[in-house]
Amino acid sequence: MANKTYIQSFCTIEENQIKVNGKILFEKEQSLFSDFSKSVYQHFNIDYPKFFKMDNLSKLAFLATELLLEKTENEEQENNTALVFSNKSSSLDTDTKYQSSITDKGSYYPSPAVFVYTLPNICLGEISIRHQLKSENSFFVFAQFNPLFMMNYANILLEKNKATSVLCGWVEYFDEEYKTLLYLVGAEGELEHSEESIKKLYK
Amino acid sequence: MEALKQELKSKIIEVLNLEDINIEDVNDDDPLFGDGLGLDSIDALELIVMLDKDYGIKLVDPKEGKDIFQSIETMGAYITANRTK
Amino acid sequence: MNKGVAITGMGIISSIGNSVEDNFSSLLNNRVAISTIENISTVHIDIIKVGEIKKTNEQLIEELQLKADNNFSRTAMLGVIAAKQAVDNAGISSINEYKTGLISATSVGGMDMTERHYYDYFDNEELVKFIKCHDGGDVSQKIAEELGLKGMVTTISTACSSAANAIMLGARMIKSGKLDRVIVGGTDALAKFTINGFKTLMILSDGYNSPFDNDRKGLNLGEAAAYLVLESDEVVEKQNKTVLARVSGYGNANDAFHQTASSENGEGALLAMQKAFKVADLKPEQIDYINVHGTATPNNDLSEGRAIVRLFGEDNVPDFSSTKPFTGHTLAAAAAIEAVYSVLAIQNNVVFPNLNFKTPMNEFNLIPQTTLKYKNVQHVLSNSFGFGGNCSTLIFSKSE
Repeated sequence: MANKTYIQSFCTIEENQIKVNGKILFEKEQSLFSDFSKSVYQHFNIDYPKFFKMDNLSKLAFLATELLLEKTENEEQENNTALVFSNKSSSLDTDTKYQSSITDKGSYYPSPAVFVYTLPNICLGEISIRHQLKSENSFFVFAQFNPLFMMNYANILLEKNKATSVLCGWVEYFDEEYKTLLYLVGAEGELEHSEESIKKLYK
Repeated sequence: MEALKQELKSKIIEVLNLEDINIEDVNDDDPLFGDGLGLDSIDALELIVMLDKDYGIKLVDPKEGKDIFQSIETMGAYITANRTK
Repeated sequence: MNKGVAITGMGIISSIGNSVEDNFSSLLNNRVAISTIENISTVHIDIIKVGEIKKTNEQLIEELQLKADNNFSRTAMLGVIAAKQAVDNAGISSINEYKTGLISATSVGGMDMTERHYYDYFDNEELVKFIKCHDGGDVSQKIAEELGLKGMVTTISTACSSAANAIMLGARMIKSGKLDRVIVGGTDALAKFTINGFKTLMILSDGYNSPFDNDRKGLNLGEAAAYLVLESDEVVEKQNKTVLARVSGYGNANDAFHQTASSENGEGALLAMQKAFKVADLKPEQIDYINVHGTATPNNDLSEGRAIVRLFGEDNVPDFSSTKPFTGHTLAAAAAIEAVYSVLAIQNNVVFPNLNFKTPMNEFNLIPQTTLKYKNVQHVLSNSFGFGGNCSTLIFSKSE
């Protein structure tokens, strides 16, 4: 590896709590994810009504990204941030919702709005739309978080000039169980981008 | 018809997850797509499912939706004329 | 231009044929295979037509000589058939002799099986084994096991561009020296999940899909599997292999527009094509044939057509056609079967027809090639676009 890379900022969302760079920015008493995510949206004055149409996986990634990425001021301006996400349940939470809508013979009304979220790359699409990212993106499905893989992948993208920064991490949601760690990697910063530091952030 | 229009407003808000919009915000003649409520193509498909599920109206061609879903007014008129439940 | 990565073998099973030769013969003789669905019981049986492989699961099990207690999904069985053909075609007898990998694409995975038994798991213990075949990774593992492959195995699932991304990743891994040999492609079986999903999006045609026609009404779903064997030049030289064609360019970009719809100006498609040209070090005027994504949905063909016009110029678009009227849209396998068709076009110097086309679209003056056309085909560009804005382009070139 020629140049050192750094973790510039990071965000975790789990158990009704949001931390950015280790600082608690928002928390809420025990609640369902739908209530929690709505409170976060309101707390940070996010103005993006499409948020409420997203599935839970996309909402989770959206909120973390919202707190990490600067708004793109100019729509034409190329934002060269790559996305490399991973989780263990893929889009299973939405898949099962959709599956029940086509197996119930008594009430057979498959929902187009649910079907469109039955792929994990829709989650990447939502983030790309919001931040106008036309860059590389990948969503990996692993049995567990794989810091070494993520580190190598992000470094290769930076080294080969495929991206100027990489937003990576873990976005897992299944049936009210969720955990997110997203972190932004680039050429400058203070926290070294190493397997050890990623492990520490993920805990 | 008035009751149906009120019903449609609350249903649309619920089905399409329009969290930031209240029934009072929607006027009968407001355009639903584009600048109005800002609905998109997936919302149109979801409204087609709603017509089927709640009013027994089956649309075959999504293009038909364009005229029907112009506003609450046009939707109400179409449902009144064509509903089977 | 860049030399690209050698393709030394290919295999395919689709509704228009059970081998590369059968597929080629169908393409030459306009043998379309869009028909009424037989292997799945669905309420949509009278409304939709599909590109279905007319073999039952029992026939596939017998063909592959699987044990009675197997838990193979249809997707996996189709994948094994095509991957084995590809390996044979490449003349590989000892699969682990070199650093060999498998990169397999699927979007449906084993859900053709899991949806079939969704409500019966609690009552019938024998069915529980099928739950394990649900995820996409199981399909790849089963193919690897059947091939006896011990090297790297990974799965790509990016909707309808999946197989293009599998081919792209494979080519990159050969170029970087991480692998000497890699089997790349994709497989997807028809399933109620996708039939109903596309139905709710109202993008299924009630007749036969007609890409780039002004009156196109949507797509026909299909099922298929296809794989290519890519090998490093070192292995090719050492074994004195015949190179069928080369993967010379590839590019992927996000359209950043809508969950499922393509942008009006085809931004993502344009970016993907531009990147592929850069990798291949080719100019647009060097392309002899474009195998378009051409699903025949109103949205795709308009967006893709606009991107093509932006890149090539409206008057300079090379011969293009969509082969989906033959096979239907085979989702994660689409880019793999179309890679096989692109290689066939190069090998045989032929452009396949875009069937069912009658009326040019109002928006631009683009007329697909509607009849079989023999001409020198040096470079083929193949597009595949997936939900989530995932746009991919591959360029295949004749091996000099």
